[in-house]
Amino acid sequence: MASVALGVAEIGPGEVYQALVAPNGSTEHLIIRTVRVPRSFTALLVGSAVAIAGAIMQGLTRNPLADPGILGIHAGAAFAVVASIFLGEVTSPALYAGFAWVGAAIAAVTVYGLGSLGRGGLTPLNLTIAGAALTTLLSSLTTGILIVSQRTLEEIRFWLAGSVAGRDIGLLVQVLPYLAVGLLLGLALGKQLTTLSLGEATAQALGQNTLGVKCMAAVSVVLLAGGAVAIAGPIGFVGLIVPHMTRFWAGADYRWILPYSAIVGAIVLLVADIAARLIIQPQELPVGIVMPLLGAPFFVYLVRAQVRR
Amino acid sequence: MNNPLRSKRSQADRPESSQTPSQWWVWRSRHLSLRFDRRVPQVLMGVLLVTLATMIWSISQGEYPVPPLAVVRTILGLPTDNPNYIFVVNTLRLPRTLVAWGVGVALAMAGTLTQGITRNPLAAPDIIGINAGAALAAVSLIVVFPSVPISLLPVAAFGGALSVAMLIYGVAWHGGSSPVRLILIGIGFSLIASALTELMLTFGDINDVSQALVWLAGSVYGRSWAQVLAFFPWLGLFGLCSLRLSRELNALQLGDDLALGLGSQLEWQRGGLLLCSVALAGSAVATAGNIGFVGLMAPHMARQLVGPSHAGLLPTAALIGGLVVVAADLIGRLLFAPIELPCGIITAVIGAPYFLYLLIRSRR
Repeated sequence: MASVALGVAEIGPGEVYQALVAPNGSTEHLIIRTVRVPRSFTALLVGSAVAIAGAIMQGLTRNPLADPGILGIHAGAAFAVVASIFLGEVTSPALYAGFAWVGAAIAAVTVYGLGSLGRGGLTPLNLTIAGAALTTLLSSLTTGILIVSQRTLEEIRFWLAGSVAGRDIGLLVQVLPYLAVGLLLGLALGKQLTTLSLGEATAQALGQNTLGVKCMAAVSVVLLAGGAVAIAGPIGFVGLIVPHMTRFWAGADYRWILPYSAIVGAIVLLVADIAARLIIQPQELPVGIVMPLLGAPFFVYLVRAQVRR
Repeated sequence: MNNPLRSKRSQADRPESSQTPSQWWVWRSRHLSLRFDRRVPQVLMGVLLVTLATMIWSISQGEYPVPPLAVVRTILGLPTDNPNYIFVVNTLRLPRTLVAWGVGVALAMAGTLTQGITRNPLAAPDIIGINAGAALAAVSLIVVFPSVPISLLPVAAFGGALSVAMLIYGVAWHGGSSPVRLILIGIGFSLIASALTELMLTFGDINDVSQALVWLAGSVYGRSWAQVLAFFPWLGLFGLCSLRLSRELNALQLGDDLALGLGSQLEWQRGGLLLCSVALAGSAVATAGNIGFVGLMAPHMARQLVGPSHAGLLPTAALIGGLVVVAADLIGRLLFAPIELPCGIITAVIGAPYFLYLLIRSRR
């Protein structure tokens, strides 16, 4: 509600309520109904999707540092979208989503494969470093394409900054079913993820089909992260912070972590978006810039607290 | 400096290479003795020749082609048949190529030093966040005080790089150095610094910002003699310092306890080496922006060529780094001509897979 009320044009809370219940066609009401409400919905949806994706990844890889942004999945999705615009003259934003999913899937598999090839298998270090290297590679390829093709740059610039502002509500509606599938799949896997987080051997001994669970979880992550990137561009760190926040009161049980993450993720991104709008008025920052400012110090803290070797 | 342990070691080396007279080539003076691998002089000469050839080729290419022979004649001040060549070569292209080479040398040396100090083959100033700190400081300077002269940029970048290095040292090093956490914390710091840099870019006046953006992409585009003059004193001073200190790296390589046992003044040497590394990386970033992965790749390539002894490794890595950046700049200009790709993108596209390869190879 605060998110709808606050912004460059000052509108009181009472006015907001009226606009939602009984629109009268004034400028303020138009702003609320066409700009601010979709924006808030986008933030809520993207926040919960990315947060769940992060929680699943942390459970799946038993890695406290996992996050779709850090592990290169966002970069993969972004690169796929930029490359598709560059090569295939893709004009409809609806097709972004498809390419974002393909890119996210390829990046996820690559990082997982590369990370497990390093010394000691899938340690947080290997996975994070593989992700960081892949992110660097993909984002410099993306920058290269943008420099070579001015047209691609024009089409994609605002999307790449990672923002929930001015998103097409039609795209949101199109991506929504896939996000819902990913969300439900993720929530359904809560129990299996808890078992898996005890260690792969233990999970197998308890009679779990670990490969199946991993595949399902991966599908869910790709649907959620790719969909979120398609809507809002790469917004990092929500998937990293939120699961850790929820662990404070939800414990280690993924049946609780996942739904809590969805709610907390939505709130976090909404608050970050409000902050991004209010820090330097009348300019607005893309929320994709604000999140790292909150998230990266937390990442450093996590490394200090959790990685010992 | 006649260390008994050292001479004993070189005797011990001899039987292994009984066919050749000795694997080592020792240079002694009153204050300093350095021990090089026998391969070092040849490798250095080879790399230097290839670099010169690439530089000449690079200068001859462009919108206004100049034949390579004319390039050499113009640089040496001999008369050529076209008076335009002097402007094109000496004013436009030569400083650019020199900057590319110098930046490569500085980054490669900084990378060798960081890898040696941390005993970590994957540590390089761009990966552990030192470059991001330098970039942040320089962008802040451009955006907040647009009127400062260009010669102050390296100082600011050095300040930024130094503060990030101290932060990393403080945060990651408590209770003994751990290479693993160092890298992760470095990744965290570079994320923070680049987010702050982006914030700066959103704040600033659009003209300053576009100036900063060109510079951030890691490019040597449009560099002139002013940058060469601002940058080369740093390169010369700290490059020589690191060569002087390179011997100590061999002792540090054996581990803290052993280095102490061999008589190293551990903290002072580590501090000095770190300072050199930070100064080299910072001034390179101030001159050409973020050119990634050179500091990572060059030392590894050099190690393949001349082995791990730092007295020979450091100059070899430096020359290789210079070659890599000059070549990357050339590729970036030729690939999609007339559009130029910044050489930072070329090095990243080559360097990131190499980094992953190193990660996988270290499996054993």
